[in-house]
Amino acid sequence: MRRLLFLLPVFVFAALVAYFGSQLGEDPSLLPSTFIDKPFPEITTAPLKEAKPGLATSDLVGGVHVVNVWASWCIPCRAEHPLINRLAEEAGVPVHGLNYKDTREAAIAWLDELGDPYTRIGFDATGRVGIDLGVYGVPETYIIGPDGHIRFKRVGPITPQIMQEDIMPLIKGLQK
Amino acid sequence: MLAGALFLTVSVPVIAVQPDEKLADPEMEARARVISKDLRCLVCQNQSIDDSDAELAKDLRLLVRERLVEGDSNEEVFDFVVARYGDYVLLKPPIKSSTYVLWFFPFVLLAIAGIGVVFWLRGKARAQSAMAGSGGSGLSADEEARLSALLRDDKRSE
Repeated sequence: MRRLLFLLPVFVFAALVAYFGSQLGEDPSLLPSTFIDKPFPEITTAPLKEAKPGLATSDLVGGVHVVNVWASWCIPCRAEHPLINRLAEEAGVPVHGLNYKDTREAAIAWLDELGDPYTRIGFDATGRVGIDLGVYGVPETYIIGPDGHIRFKRVGPITPQIMQEDIMPLIKGLQK
Repeated sequence: MLAGALFLTVSVPVIAVQPDEKLADPEMEARARVISKDLRCLVCQNQSIDDSDAELAKDLRLLVRERLVEGDSNEEVFDFVVARYGDYVLLKPPIKSSTYVLWFFPFVLLAIAGIGVVFWLRGKARAQSAMAGSGGSGLSADEEARLSALLRDDKRSE
């Protein structure tokens, strides 16, 4: 019994090492979405440009949808945009854009330069729609399941690893 | 000159609220300030939205005031923000089953330390009474006899 008591600090230490080690490399400043597995919040937005319709929650039906929150002044959005273009091409599901706290001119020019893969683009000039979604930084990307519930949220730019390990498999899984 | 130097040592309150954000009703504005002080700015994460100059902080300050004007109670405003951003947006973590460890672990640790001290003191008391029982040397009667025999042998061999 005495022996076991002696070893207790070792066990506690091992447990702490295991726990802290598992958290290495995770970014503690990222917030999980409060809406995971819950319905996509009710939003309506004006269209960014005439050629494409605006985005509303009632549009997110009939299959898997991806919503990408972006802005022309956001550098990581620029970095991830080629992957968004690829996602729209390869995933076979509609990818919508939500333009956050931007001006129409700058946003449209940005899309002309980098490509416009979006099926619908919402224009959120004040950021209030973003707040209703729990957006706190751009870019952010949501994957919505066929039941209209948010299944995945990425805060920060999409990386090739996230595309491969999280997004594509999830979309394929949800489509079954 | 001295007054100037002294002034530098006084900390000036930091507020990020701009004049154009303030509500006309001073009571409501005061409530807005109180609520803002307890909401975390998610961009800076260590400042409240009342202190932070970040854009999101300003948006949330305006949102708080809007909700108050629409008639929400303080608690309803907090619930509104927490529904969208989760408990982490509160600078005071709520006490619920998921935060029991956060709140109570220091006391649990103190209790464990306390128990450890009690055991250690008992051990010491036992050792002391053993010492006293043997006339201050800490040896039992048997061991005393053996020691005396060894010392006698030692003296004889000198």
